[in-house]
Amino acid sequence: MKIPLSYSYRNLWQRRLTSVLTMGGIGLVVFVFAAVLMLANGLRETLVATGREDNVVVVRKSAQSEMMSAVSRESASVIASFPEVETMASGTALSSSEVSVIINLLKIGSNDMGNVTVRGVAPEGLMIRPQVRIVEGRSFQTGTSEIIVGASIHGRFQGCSIGQTLRFGGRDWTITGVFDGQKSGYDSEVWGDSDQLMQAFNRPVFSSMALRLRSVGDFDAFKARMASEPRLQQLETKREKLFFAEQSETMAAFIRILGLVITIIFSFGAVIGAMITMYASVANRTAEIGTLRALGFKRRSILSAFLFEALFLSGIGGGVGLLLSSGLQFITISTINFGSFSEVAFGFTLSPSIALNSMLFSLFMGVVGGFIPAVRASRMNIITALRST
Amino acid sequence: MEPIIAIRDLSKSYYRESLEIPVLQNISMDIARGEFLALMGPSGSGKTTLLNLIAGIDRPDAGSILVNGTDVPTLNESELAEWRAQNVGFVFQFYNLLPVLTAFENVELPLLLTPLTKKQRREHVEAALGVVGLGDRMNHTPKQLSGGQEQRVAIARAIVTDPTIIVADEPTGDLDKRSAEEILALLERLNSAFEKTIVMVTHDPRAADRAHVQRHLEKGELL
Ligand SMILES: Nc1ncnc2c1ncn2[C@@H]1O[C@H](COP(=O)(O)OP(=O)(O)O)[C@@H](O)[C@H]1O
Ligand SMILES: [Mg+2]
Repeated sequence: MKIPLSYSYRNLWQRRLTSVLTMGGIGLVVFVFAAVLMLANGLRETLVATGREDNVVVVRKSAQSEMMSAVSRESASVIASFPEVETMASGTALSSSEVSVIINLLKIGSNDMGNVTVRGVAPEGLMIRPQVRIVEGRSFQTGTSEIIVGASIHGRFQGCSIGQTLRFGGRDWTITGVFDGQKSGYDSEVWGDSDQLMQAFNRPVFSSMALRLRSVGDFDAFKARMASEPRLQQLETKREKLFFAEQSETMAAFIRILGLVITIIFSFGAVIGAMITMYASVANRTAEIGTLRALGFKRRSILSAFLFEALFLSGIGGGVGLLLSSGLQFITISTINFGSFSEVAFGFTLSPSIALNSMLFSLFMGVVGGFIPAVRASRMNIITALRST
Repeated sequence: MEPIIAIRDLSKSYYRESLEIPVLQNISMDIARGEFLALMGPSGSGKTTLLNLIAGIDRPDAGSILVNGTDVPTLNESELAEWRAQNVGFVFQFYNLLPVLTAFENVELPLLLTPLTKKQRREHVEAALGVVGLGDRMNHTPKQLSGGQEQRVAIARAIVTDPTIIVADEPTGDLDKRSAEEILALLERLNSAFEKTIVMVTHDPRAADRAHVQRHLEKGELL
């Protein structure tokens, strides 16, 4: 309360080596903690960025991914004629009936295979997703075996440059362009003509449909119309963003749980470290505590001085850990997304809430580690403390 | 004149493994306002214990200690802390300065418990350090000072709040002859020029000679 804060931090400075080591322990834990959350967040953001508010997808009910979904040609044309669906100047609906298949490609730099989603789209598919732009070459031509590859496929897999061909579905497919999906999940896909892909893979039905609504608010009406149409009872619709968010959930949860278990185990070490440091600090300053009490400082002043010291340790440690983890944002990770069984490239994304939680977590470690020693300091008998000189 | 400290039938025992160690038995004494008193006696006779009781950092088993009209042992812990901050200046054998604070900050400490503004605190601290002759050492840390200088800083800390009494436990016990001499001269001056009431524990007869009154403790009893 009344003991100046400078007393606390100068004492930390006095024992710099111990202080730095303790901060390092806490910093490390916060680093791991933040990194894990950033990873889960990065994955989620990547997949959610794939979506747009006024876009919806139609899949088979309870299909976990587009891969497990099926939409018949008949259903697709019924849905495309719904009045809530946006139309182009020509009068055609802004909808894309699509097919998703998974192929294996060799990674650059190793001979490992990676799963890649190939998406067959209608010509409208690119229009529905304005974030997807051709950055090199040109788009594929409808009715041909041409394909375009996402930016992160281009960089990570062999034979994925313009002019090269990929062999799958019993055909050679020529790459005519590279597209950038602004870090969305599409970046990790290969796109081609949906009819061509359905023929090559012998698919009688579509996997899913992507549609643009006339306005964001039309979603409920669109959903109700689907529910009231007897031929569409097998299907359900979701906002595109939500659909991709759900896809990311399994994986994000897996990363989060694994990471948090590791962090919790680590944090025991850091808390014990802080506790030992604070105990030593109290023991070394027994006479000082006695002196402060004799001068008239109360128990709670002593308690808060030592608690502040622990908070200062953990706050700085946590801040440094968080700073280091923010450097991870420059790293891109690629892994199998369990939601779609294909590889996605994503990064560590820091958010204000992750930063806040990381700092709260480090302060929490400081309080837990510092509390018992601080209580001990404040409970000391004045006479006993003074006699320890 | 009414005594500033009035002690009646004071008893105190310590317990070690449920064994009672009587330290003070039925002590009664008066100390007049403005007095410089030396409390003498062999080691273990209870001098420090008596001083701690007067200063309100220990509690008696029986008896009363009136300081300036307040019966100190009846105060609860929180009241006692406030009472000490306002009424007692402490001088210890080993100075007990906080090593991470400068001379200025050490002297300022007791003022942090008062409602004084930062500016007023600065004036008080500078005045107190001036009285002990260390006006030019305000920004030195205890490590950069000699033992005698440290004890002078401690004395400045004891007088800065203008307390009712100053208690000093072997203030020269850790000092060489010359520094001890300086400290005693300083205490004498505080007493004569500033009319401070000083209770000093010592077993050094030369130190005791500087005081006006000498009292002797032997095995927990006043002679
Ligand atoms: N906190 C304590 N616990 C147990 N015994 C104590 C304590 N303080 C003092 N004593 C005992 O009380 C006696 C008097 O101590 P003290 O007042 O320090 O004597 P002096 O200052 O005259 O040397 C000694 O025997 C000492 O061991
Ligand atoms: Mg003693």
